[in-house]
Amino acid sequence: MGSTLNILQTELLPALWQTVQMVIISMIIALIVGMALGLVLFLTENPLFYRNRIVNGIASFIVNLIRSIPFIILLVLLIPLTQLLIGTSIGPIAASVSLSISATAFFARLVEGALSEVDKGVIEASKATGAGFGLILHDVLLVEALPGLVRAITVTIINVIGFSAMAGIVGGGGIGNLAIQYGYYRYETGVMIVTVVILVIIVQGAQAIGDAVARKFTRE
Amino acid sequence: MIELRNISVTFRQKNREISAVKDVNLQINDGEIFGIVGPSGAGKSTLVRVINLLQIPTKGQVLIDGENITHLQGAKLRAVRLKMGMIFQHFNLISRATAADNIAFALKANHVPKEKIQARVTELLTQVGLADRANAYPGELSGGQKQRVAIARALANRPKILLCDEATSALDPENTEEIVKILQEIRQKEQLTIVFITHQMEVAKKLFDCMGVMIEGKVVEVNDTYDIFTKPQEKVTADLAARTLDVSLPQALAQTDQAELLRLFYVGDKADAPVISTLAKNYQVNAEIIHGKIEYIQGKPLGVLLIKLEGQASERQKARAFLEKEVFRVESVTMEGGEANGLDA
Repeated sequence: MGSTLNILQTELLPALWQTVQMVIISMIIALIVGMALGLVLFLTENPLFYRNRIVNGIASFIVNLIRSIPFIILLVLLIPLTQLLIGTSIGPIAASVSLSISATAFFARLVEGALSEVDKGVIEASKATGAGFGLILHDVLLVEALPGLVRAITVTIINVIGFSAMAGIVGGGGIGNLAIQYGYYRYETGVMIVTVVILVIIVQGAQAIGDAVARKFTRE
Repeated sequence: MIELRNISVTFRQKNREISAVKDVNLQINDGEIFGIVGPSGAGKSTLVRVINLLQIPTKGQVLIDGENITHLQGAKLRAVRLKMGMIFQHFNLISRATAADNIAFALKANHVPKEKIQARVTELLTQVGLADRANAYPGELSGGQKQRVAIARALANRPKILLCDEATSALDPENTEEIVKILQEIRQKEQLTIVFITHQMEVAKKLFDCMGVMIEGKVVEVNDTYDIFTKPQEKVTADLAARTLDVSLPQALAQTDQAELLRLFYVGDKADAPVISTLAKNYQVNAEIIHGKIEYIQGKPLGVLLIKLEGQASERQKARAFLEKEVFRVESVTMEGGEANGLDA
């Protein structure tokens, strides 16, 4: 019991900080690149915009490729790239490279889905006014898809938190890794329970906040 | 003037081709309310979308005031669309933008300076009677109110043409009436050409100056609205008109050798001649009025009267000859297999 408390006292805060680092970095990348990729997927598929089978096929293939590789393998596969980008393949920043790539592909698909939910009639009506693409994107697509995009962000954050537990493989640390290291490998059930409870609270909190924001943006 | 020349639209679905519009030629004059009616699936919506090129025609040309716009793209196409408003069956408002912002969107599309947008939006909202609902979201408005916002959006850039795609079909009769009235007002105030697609003959007879009848992708008949109702040339047109003018027949009425049922149509100035009393006075027949009504098409009356003519065959024949001279049209109403003609329509 004493050792459990000891471990938590010394390890919990640094682990939480590592998780926060990984989630923030991956989410920033996913929001920017994933959003752009999601837009490309949507626009090149929709006949009301810039339907282009080739571009859509390529973008779709890349996204599927990333998403089909189990994350733990992606983590290992990307070690050389991480080394190149960060200079090291160990630590939370390094783990964020593969997390970002995975989150980007995941978020891109969700963005595509959220944009496809926008009423076609509304898009058509805004085209009929003579509006250009920039205005339609800014005042119609993003506005109408906002609740869906908020939900997509929520799901992606939760996904990243889950995946970050595997970052321990490359020494990324984080709270999920704490549960695995102590709970799984060292039979410190107490540590495992505490960290899992914290993870549950974080995920529930993220979902609740995401839902509340999405609801606030919904106008029916 | 809007001119459609040999317009065809073909959709490709997997391994078969569906032609939605087949070789349509139309001329719509400035300031006219032109309607296109027909059953659903006739290609009406596709045709009206061709006018602002939301639907690119497979074949044919679209000319606005003599300018061929069929192949315009980018900025030039957008410039043409700024001069054409469009309203839709399901209003198609931005659900997360207020009534005012929905209208402002059209002004932004036209690069109206920010400081002028507010004033114009207020002016438009007042025009459609919604000045007090500027900050309401579409979800907080009734169907009729949503369509009024959509009309304001469509008129924001003072277009010369307004396209209406089943604009009243999702509304109840009261709201339909309201929208029809607004469109009539607008047409009078601003020299606007309105092209209105509908399957509602009720709207057609109140609103349209001229109309075309469309079936299976073809426009089969174009005429003045009153003439479409009173002198239909094609069977589809006659059916559509008959449904509006339908005077249903009590099922208990049976035809006998001594009596026959006639449907009389009255138009314009002949509508008030005392035909029935003359009939009884001058011929050996009894004329019993079964049913009757007067429709107003573009404000002009069209009367329909269903009478039962009793008497000997020879007298009835003479009476009928007299009727044919006096009224606009006489039709025999036949009852086949116990089912009255026009009863189930």
